[in-house]
Amino acid sequence: MSNTKSLLTIKDLYAGIEEKQIIKGFNLDIKPGEVHAIMGPNGAGKSTMGYVLSGRDGYEVESGSVTFNGQNLLEMEIEERANAGLFLAFQYPVEIPGVSNLEFLKASVDAVRAANGEEAISSSELLKQAKAACKQVDLPLAFLKRGVNEGFSGGEKKRNELMQMLLLKPKLCILDETDSGLDIDALQLVAKGVNSQRSEDRSFIIVTHYQRLLDYIKPDFVHVLADGKIVKSGDASLALELESQGYSWLESADVENNAETKVEG
Amino acid sequence: MTVQVEINEALGREYEAGFVSDIESETFEPGLDESVIERISKMKNEPEWMLEWRLGAFREWLKMEEPDWALVDYPKIDFQAIAYYSAPKSMKDKPKSLDEVDPELLRTYEKLGIPLIEQQMLAGIAVDAVFDSVSVVTTFREKLYEAGVIFCPISEAIIEYPELVKKYLGSVVGRKDNYYSALNCAVFTDGSFVYIPKGVRCPMELSTYFRINEQNTGQFERTLIIADEGSHVSYLEGCTAPQRDENQLHAAVVELIAMDNAEIKYSTVQNWYPGDENGKGGIYNFVTKRGICHTSAKISWTQVETGSAVTWKYPSCILKGDNSVGEFYSVALTRGRQQADTGTKMIHIGKNTKSTIITKGISAGRSNNSYRGLVKMMASADGARNFTECDSLLIGDKCGAHTFPYIESRNPSAIVEHEATTSKVSDEQLFLCRQRGLDPEKAVSMIVNGFCKEVFKELPMEFAVEASKLLEISLEGSVG
Repeated sequence: MSNTKSLLTIKDLYAGIEEKQIIKGFNLDIKPGEVHAIMGPNGAGKSTMGYVLSGRDGYEVESGSVTFNGQNLLEMEIEERANAGLFLAFQYPVEIPGVSNLEFLKASVDAVRAANGEEAISSSELLKQAKAACKQVDLPLAFLKRGVNEGFSGGEKKRNELMQMLLLKPKLCILDETDSGLDIDALQLVAKGVNSQRSEDRSFIIVTHYQRLLDYIKPDFVHVLADGKIVKSGDASLALELESQGYSWLESADVENNAETKVEG
Repeated sequence: MTVQVEINEALGREYEAGFVSDIESETFEPGLDESVIERISKMKNEPEWMLEWRLGAFREWLKMEEPDWALVDYPKIDFQAIAYYSAPKSMKDKPKSLDEVDPELLRTYEKLGIPLIEQQMLAGIAVDAVFDSVSVVTTFREKLYEAGVIFCPISEAIIEYPELVKKYLGSVVGRKDNYYSALNCAVFTDGSFVYIPKGVRCPMELSTYFRINEQNTGQFERTLIIADEGSHVSYLEGCTAPQRDENQLHAAVVELIAMDNAEIKYSTVQNWYPGDENGKGGIYNFVTKRGICHTSAKISWTQVETGSAVTWKYPSCILKGDNSVGEFYSVALTRGRQQADTGTKMIHIGKNTKSTIITKGISAGRSNNSYRGLVKMMASADGARNFTECDSLLIGDKCGAHTFPYIESRNPSAIVEHEATTSKVSDEQLFLCRQRGLDPEKAVSMIVNGFCKEVFKELPMEFAVEASKLLEISLEGSVG
């Protein structure tokens, strides 16, 4: 397994918003098919990581490198990253009134296909796939005709994100606190959707504050993010450890088993 | 911010219809006095009563002052610097059929996506093509005539159907109505005339395509649509002009008459040259459009306004008959330095009259976009209702959106509702779209299209597609 080519390699990444440095020496390597959980206290830089990787405006990279599927990710436009297979499931999905879900899905799927030199998807094929995806995330078919996230509940918005993921079939899915604000039923549903998508050629970064999502999606690796860098890495059992101990131990100066040797001053 | 730069790029499109046709024209010298009006009338072989009507309007106009209440700013127009008549020379001997029409004229319309050869046209749409001051071709006239429908240039109707024209011309928009309509009454050159007889449902969509080509000319179109009792018609107008550095004046008057139980649906896709990004050139679009509804009649105005440097336009309904219905659906997009002051007037006179106003204003660049509307409930309008929704969408932070709703109610049983929202194309929306693979132009146009959906669904099918495309072109950086 260690000889497999990496899907995503982040090296010594320093990044932030405007003048404020948030990511401070971040290293991570993800191989195809792996599920990595990134946990950490509020303000550790978890969401920033997702925005930096997806290229959101306003997030500046100071130094370091990110290679995605052999390409220099940091030189790519937002949509180029998306079309190369990077998908970000938003913590707070925004509404786009008047643009139907189906219309939006078609435009997205076609953009990805065009980037890969493929023809636009036929409306009937798209509808077929969208209906299947609706069923899988337990959204009524009527949602396909509604405006993107327009008037959806919090849980419906998260499921809608998942539906987009199912249709776009990305190589790397970053779930940004997808569990926040979900009740246990919705959480299980989301987890089921994610698990169904786990495959050898799809990797996940699951960003979460709580361990409970990881009860349903078993990660291969768990990383603890504090003050912009990974301070501890381990397997799924690390998440349980965090659950029982909380994050307060991070604040005590001596963090043992620091995953990275580089320490920011 | 980069988002801003991208949106601005997305909005810096080119104007597709900005070409000039090389056509030899006969154009009057610039200037306006009674002799010019006499010449126009003579060119059109008009009867004496028409000339008198024009001169009466001109004398009124001289006494009037240019209105300055709209939220638009433009240098004073020199009415003596405008030529009031221009027509292709080839149109002098009226072509009897399409074969006799100058091929360059036909090519012009083809380039604009309006083929005038009937076989090539969209099935079910008849077109009157007006080029500068004359109507070039009116298609499907015979077929319509079989159904009793009259669809012809108004200059012809004045000669062929003088009784109808005499009775209705100026009956909705009087000669003294306002400054620009008075000017139009004096110097109008061509436009369309429609008469739908009692109980007839017009078998085709009717449309007029206005093209300004000649330099330094004004276009003064005049349209009159009469829907007799229980009849039904859907009509669409489109318009474009070449890209020029000088401003050109377009002052039109449209009058609609919907008799008892009749229905008129009037749609406009206005794409006059808007001027360049610094506000140089472009059309001044000063238009008066009004319809009257008799008992249980319905008039529905739908407009998609993307062009013109300055727009001053308020398509209105006089709901005279009981149970009559007026509707106004509008999308107005301004960018660059465009200015639009547009809206509607709904005058409720009859009992249980109903009106609906839905407007979507989109402002980008350094443009200014205003909704101005009047809902008037007369004392006689028992049980009348109005619903108004005005939504504004801002793209960037240098543009303006304004709403001026006037409500006058003299009847306590009348109900008036008004809703207004202002929103922005947010960074979050743009980011979501791009994260799902859409480029910024496609993303903006998708968001804007979604915003306009309520209005687009009111357009006839073919035109809804056209309008949506036009909006996309208006928002796109590159045009093929």
